[in-house]
Amino acid sequence: MNSTLTEIAIRLAAGLGGFVVLSLVVGQMEHKVMAHQQARLGPMRAGGFHGWAQLVADGIKFVQKEAVFPRTVDGPLFRLAPVVAIIAPIVVLTLLPLTPTLSPTLDLGLFVVLAVMAVSVLATLMAGWASANKFSLIGALRAAAQVMAYELPMVLAAASIAMAAGTLSLPGIVNAWSPWWLVWQLPAAVIFFLAGMAELHRPPFDAPVADSEIIFGAYTEYTGIRFALFLLAEYAGVVVLCALTVVLFLGGWRGPGDPDALGWLWTLLKVFALAFVVIWARVSLPRLRADQIQSLAWKVLVPLGLAQLALTAAVKVAS
Amino acid sequence: MSTASSHASPVPNPAQPRKRSWGTGLLTAFATTLNTMLHRAKTQQYPENSPSLPPRTRGVIALLEENCTACMLCARECPDWCIYIDSHKETVPPETPGGREKSTNVLDRFAIDFSLCMYCGICVEVCPFDALFWSPQFEYAEFDLASLTHEKERLGQWVATVPVPAGLDERAAPAKAVDQAQQKLSTAPPTPEVRRTDPGDTPSSTRATATDPLAGPATSAAARPTVEEKATLAPEAKPEAGESA
Repeated sequence: MNSTLTEIAIRLAAGLGGFVVLSLVVGQMEHKVMAHQQARLGPMRAGGFHGWAQLVADGIKFVQKEAVFPRTVDGPLFRLAPVVAIIAPIVVLTLLPLTPTLSPTLDLGLFVVLAVMAVSVLATLMAGWASANKFSLIGALRAAAQVMAYELPMVLAAASIAMAAGTLSLPGIVNAWSPWWLVWQLPAAVIFFLAGMAELHRPPFDAPVADSEIIFGAYTEYTGIRFALFLLAEYAGVVVLCALTVVLFLGGWRGPGDPDALGWLWTLLKVFALAFVVIWARVSLPRLRADQIQSLAWKVLVPLGLAQLALTAAVKVAS
Repeated sequence: MSTASSHASPVPNPAQPRKRSWGTGLLTAFATTLNTMLHRAKTQQYPENSPSLPPRTRGVIALLEENCTACMLCARECPDWCIYIDSHKETVPPETPGGREKSTNVLDRFAIDFSLCMYCGICVEVCPFDALFWSPQFEYAEFDLASLTHEKERLGQWVATVPVPAGLDERAAPAKAVDQAQQKLSTAPPTPEVRRTDPGDTPSSTRATATDPLAGPATSAAARPTVEEKATLAPEAKPEAGESA
């Protein structure tokens, strides 16, 4: 009992640390990659060397800011929303395998992770509803509709890989993985990644926070540290999505060298490579309309996901 | 689709937009941003690296006090009246004995209020005595408005920063004085001696004609005659070409 509590505490601390550090690294990476893809330099001052401490400075600034509550805001809900937003990625980060030894023994890992990830849309809905603002409400409803639409292809893709591996345990999937799955499960990987980007409403799927039409969607009324928590949750969402894609489709800790010694490095390298793709897509592609986002999910990704599921089932039955 | 492909000719028709296969736009977008990332950023980091400004940048107005006659043209033309000039008259004794005394303007104050100035450059344009110049210096921000009024001492300090005027554009008409000199030359009967002693910096009409072996890409921009000049100069240039041939 005592050891279980200790393990929970250690895992939560690791999850929290990973949440903060990895999110800030991805955030800084977004600043820099975006800047250079637009022929700019990005932050260059904070911290001295190429603005490495820019996000730390931003955090300090956000803490100092006044928390503004509009008069009609639903106070408790408004305060709770950013907390809910950051809980989901922290919990998921504690459940992801980093190396063969550093992986949680949870047989239903994939199921739990997908269930917890879906919680984060609640935060957006709470924020949008509590703000008592039409832009916030439209943004929150768009986000909800988007998550509804993309949850299905995401689960279909995850089901395909789970069926291929014959297990729902995340370390089990990595152990069962072999390089030729990159070809066989490629549609599932693409579907999973795209659906994850859409659930995080990352560009080009950022209609729920489209600043040119609905200010900043559900987060319009937020200021200061609460706003910063939402931003942090977005970057953490990117980390979680990339890490989950790596674990499910790209072989997790696998790579040259001893997985116990170098596994964490391979996992992190793959995660940041995927995070680069997320940022790259943000810079390269224009925003999709809300209806285009819906039709991509229902007309392309869901049929593709079903076809992939059928293919996986056929291969499993044949072999 | 099959009929369209059978009609397709190897030479693309510019009138019809080229049909692109699905996804080309997406890939082009990704390629463009990646290509930009792999090249140097265009950003100039200002306080560390001072910008390289073109010589005609309107940064600040410099006053060459010796050239100013306090004629007040600039102050009167200034659209927002930000030039302040005070002067008094002094009499100068005659240069030759028995001559008349001359009176000259002596400049007491010349100030430009850069908090009002809109950098139109009309004062620089109208000054008939070349006393005002544009300088690209722009770092003279102040903490109070009054300090933005530069008196003539401060305006004089900017003179050192005035860049050498850029040469004429490649296709520009020659300067007025050069043009007049060329017209004089073309109306006067051409004598070979004049041409030989012609210094290189004053552009001569004959030197730049197409028949001259010296003329060509190496000829300076100012010396290159315009098309009209060539037409008028061509008959005169012919005898020389005959001599040299």
